[in-house]
Amino acid sequence: MRVEGGMRAGVVVFPGTNRERDMMIALERATGRRPEVLWHRETALPAGIDLVVLCGGFSYGDYLRCGAIAARSPIMRPIAEHAARGGLILGVCNGFQILCEAGLLPGALLRNAGMRFLSMECRMRVERTDTPFTAHYQRGQVIRAPMAHGDGNYFADAATLDRLEGEGRIAFRYVDATGAATGAAALNGAARNIAGIYSENLRVLGLMPHPEDLVDPLMGGTDGLPLFESLAAA
Amino acid sequence: MAVRIRAFDAVERGRDAPEDHVTDTPETLPPERAARLAAEFGLKPDEHQRVLAILGRQPSLTELGIFSVMWSEHCSYKSSRVWLRELPTRAPWVIHGPGENAGVVAIGDGLAAVFKMESHNHPSFIEPYQGAATGVGGILRDVFTMGARPIATLNALRFGSPDNPRTKRILDGVVRGIGGYGNCVGVPTVGGEVNFHPAYDGNPLVNAMTVGIAPADRIFLSAAAGVGNPVVYVGSKTGRDGIHGATMASAEFAADEGDEKRPTVQVGDPFTEKLLIEACLELMATDAIVAIQDMGAAGLTSSSVEMAGKGGVGIELDLDRVPQRETGMTAYEMMLSESQERMLMILRPGAEDTARAIFEKWELDFAVIGHLTDTGRIVIRHQGRVEADIPLAPLSDQAPLYRRPTEETPKPAVLDAGSVPDPVGLETALITLIGCPDLCSRAWIWDQYDSTVGGQTVKRPGAADAAVVKLEGLRRALALTTDCTPRYCQADPEAGGAQAVAEAWRNLTAVGARPLAITDNMNFGNPERPRIMGQFAAAVRGMAAACRALDFPVVSGNVSLYNETDGRPILPTPAIGGVGVLEDAAQAAGLALAPGLDLVLIGATRGWLGQSLWLREIARREEGAPPPVDLVAERRNGDFVRRLILAGGVRACHDVSDGGLLVAIAEMAMAGDVGAVLEPAPADLPPYAYWFGEDQGRYVLAVPDGRAVLAEAATARVPAALLGRAEGAHLTLPGAFSISVERLRQVHAAWLPAYMA
Repeated sequence: MRVEGGMRAGVVVFPGTNRERDMMIALERATGRRPEVLWHRETALPAGIDLVVLCGGFSYGDYLRCGAIAARSPIMRPIAEHAARGGLILGVCNGFQILCEAGLLPGALLRNAGMRFLSMECRMRVERTDTPFTAHYQRGQVIRAPMAHGDGNYFADAATLDRLEGEGRIAFRYVDATGAATGAAALNGAARNIAGIYSENLRVLGLMPHPEDLVDPLMGGTDGLPLFESLAAA
Repeated sequence: MAVRIRAFDAVERGRDAPEDHVTDTPETLPPERAARLAAEFGLKPDEHQRVLAILGRQPSLTELGIFSVMWSEHCSYKSSRVWLRELPTRAPWVIHGPGENAGVVAIGDGLAAVFKMESHNHPSFIEPYQGAATGVGGILRDVFTMGARPIATLNALRFGSPDNPRTKRILDGVVRGIGGYGNCVGVPTVGGEVNFHPAYDGNPLVNAMTVGIAPADRIFLSAAAGVGNPVVYVGSKTGRDGIHGATMASAEFAADEGDEKRPTVQVGDPFTEKLLIEACLELMATDAIVAIQDMGAAGLTSSSVEMAGKGGVGIELDLDRVPQRETGMTAYEMMLSESQERMLMILRPGAEDTARAIFEKWELDFAVIGHLTDTGRIVIRHQGRVEADIPLAPLSDQAPLYRRPTEETPKPAVLDAGSVPDPVGLETALITLIGCPDLCSRAWIWDQYDSTVGGQTVKRPGAADAAVVKLEGLRRALALTTDCTPRYCQADPEAGGAQAVAEAWRNLTAVGARPLAITDNMNFGNPERPRIMGQFAAAVRGMAAACRALDFPVVSGNVSLYNETDGRPILPTPAIGGVGVLEDAAQAAGLALAPGLDLVLIGATRGWLGQSLWLREIARREEGAPPPVDLVAERRNGDFVRRLILAGGVRACHDVSDGGLLVAIAEMAMAGDVGAVLEPAPADLPPYAYWFGEDQGRYVLAVPDGRAVLAEAATARVPAALLGRAEGAHLTLPGAFSISVERLRQVHAAWLPAYMA
């Protein structure tokens, strides 16, 4: 679905961000509008931005801890204010790591359980569809998405995990082809097969796999497109 | 080595030349010391004499360092140049052939593909992670230096025997290094190849290829111009790493020498490289740059000497202005440092502020370190002294050039397939082959490389004979491959050289692409040995013939010699990187079978077992002549296949290469998770020779109507045969075997993860 003149998205670029082009293609495809590029040193968001997107990459080389330095860069203050106002935020891969480091989402992303970078297609189950990110999916739908990360092993203490589950804040779980959240399906070792989580108000989503890299049949499928179409219609 | 020289230099300076004393001639070395150092730096006695003649005096330490790296095999191509001239380098679509940082070909829509392959063999043996990582970094810089955004990287890797205890550690480090660098810079790693052979035990090969895209009319070159124009240094600071790396890369090793040489290996920083890519491309969108070159092998020396030399101007550098990571560095160390992620640019006058603002935005060092002159000399100043003053023309014109003695490899006898007994039968042979180190799945490797970043990867690793990467915002796509069969090259370097080029052409054709050009990475042993130089010359001869026959010129390349340890050379390995173009990415053919399709073989089958993997892995023999490439048939078969693919009549296509026909079919079955029922082998060939022979110029097509394709093939006078039909969950040859695709996949996937566990 294309919504002309609809959703205004801003894509943040930190030094080392490397999936902003993929993200802009996906957003433009779904919203019909080229997103704005937001530089990490900016101290305010442009007026009228509906959605802030933190992309994949290796911000600041991920030399301290993934996302740790980016989480303290100037633009994160207006982004936190945007979140506090109930604004939409999507963080993918390094973006998810940054949101956790910034305290906008709970938990942390640890080194993959196998201690190796994992680049492959995974399957995720859509846990709920009454959010701005997933309205265009079916509940329980199993979708494919490329993943590419060294630190995607989601971790939080048991109480936090219980609370996330209790509040319905698990967005996506790693599953096998049948939709079962088996231990083997969580290739990176993520706790309770968590691939993505929401903030309390369901307006902030962080996830490790890359729906933005599966929005075109030429690239192997369009399983990621409904996420952006959901946002376009939100 | 570097440490000792530094100490000497400091002592000598303290005695003879106070820091504040300004002189216009460099302090020369005492003659006997110059001779000793020249030998240590790898200069032959006659080369040293030539240095003295050019300078008309003894050299300074810095000057001797500059001569030795510029005249090293790595930088001067002194043993290979006379042979490389035989390679065809022109075609109407070639914009820049060899001689620039990378080759450039027109690909339509006003765009150009910029690409090159380069080796980082010696560093990868010494320190696998950093050696491989900086190999990727270096080849990326060669490409974005020319104004191209890198869109894909591939890697051709050769490792020692799996039984050698070092192999696992080297493979692990190389794969982590390639991933660590490539994943971070955000350029997808989309393809490559891996072989194992004991000949690489002490000399693994790490050849990295990068492809970038630029507007065809906005290519940046390296020839400096404009007397007085500022010389600008950007990127990382200079440290003491990698000093004399180019010389190290031009020497043989003794087995215990690796650890000692570790300080000559550079350390990569992919984060800085990513910033450098963005900053350079941003600056290139302005008109600030006159010329630009990365500081690769021999760092500041080769970049400044080559840029000024190509432009016919002089250059003067003030090393006090070079951003430095360490204190107390000497001129010698700065000129020879191979610190990574650095570029040298000549800017238009007055463009400094624009350029500085961009590099500061990206938090990179930026320094005006000198200017161009009309003297035709390179003058290096440091702390108020002239440390080097060398005329540039003789430094390049009088660089050594050798036509070294060659000795032909005797042509091996053709192996009679009928004379080789089949020890195990077809089923066991197939299972053994698809699970052996040279044919098993490489997923364990490519699963560690980000292959999708950029969002344009149409055919990911393992999905097709060549990787296919679309151009952002366009229908157009590039097909990319690397190929070489070193065991063929060892048996017959000329046939092997031709085969490597033909296989690259074939792999591009198999996805439907029009092959455009190649980059070559010539990996050989010690050229001072006639047998090795003979291998090189013969491989070039074979390559040149194939390039001409297939309109597939060489536009860039790299030579890596002295790949020997304790006198044992590697297999001759002329790795070929091929680039082709598809007008419409949607036309790209993959190799996955689908149920209900007919399988058709294109090309003639004679059952050629000489040098085949079947012969090595099953009959345990490495002998015979390798399969010859009939270049006329190659072209006719390939053009026919490409025409069928582009007409939309082909659902899957796979070339027949290592392991032969049955392995090719099994690979298609595994990729599509579909079985097939096969027709029996023709009665006039032993079945194992038919199914596992490695005759060249062949493809397996999966098509809806096999009979129709046979008729078209007959019209085109292309040999074709019906192989069977894709169906079910088993690969079945009635009367011989029926193997489940699931079992094939298990065996295929098992070896590498188990080996690396």
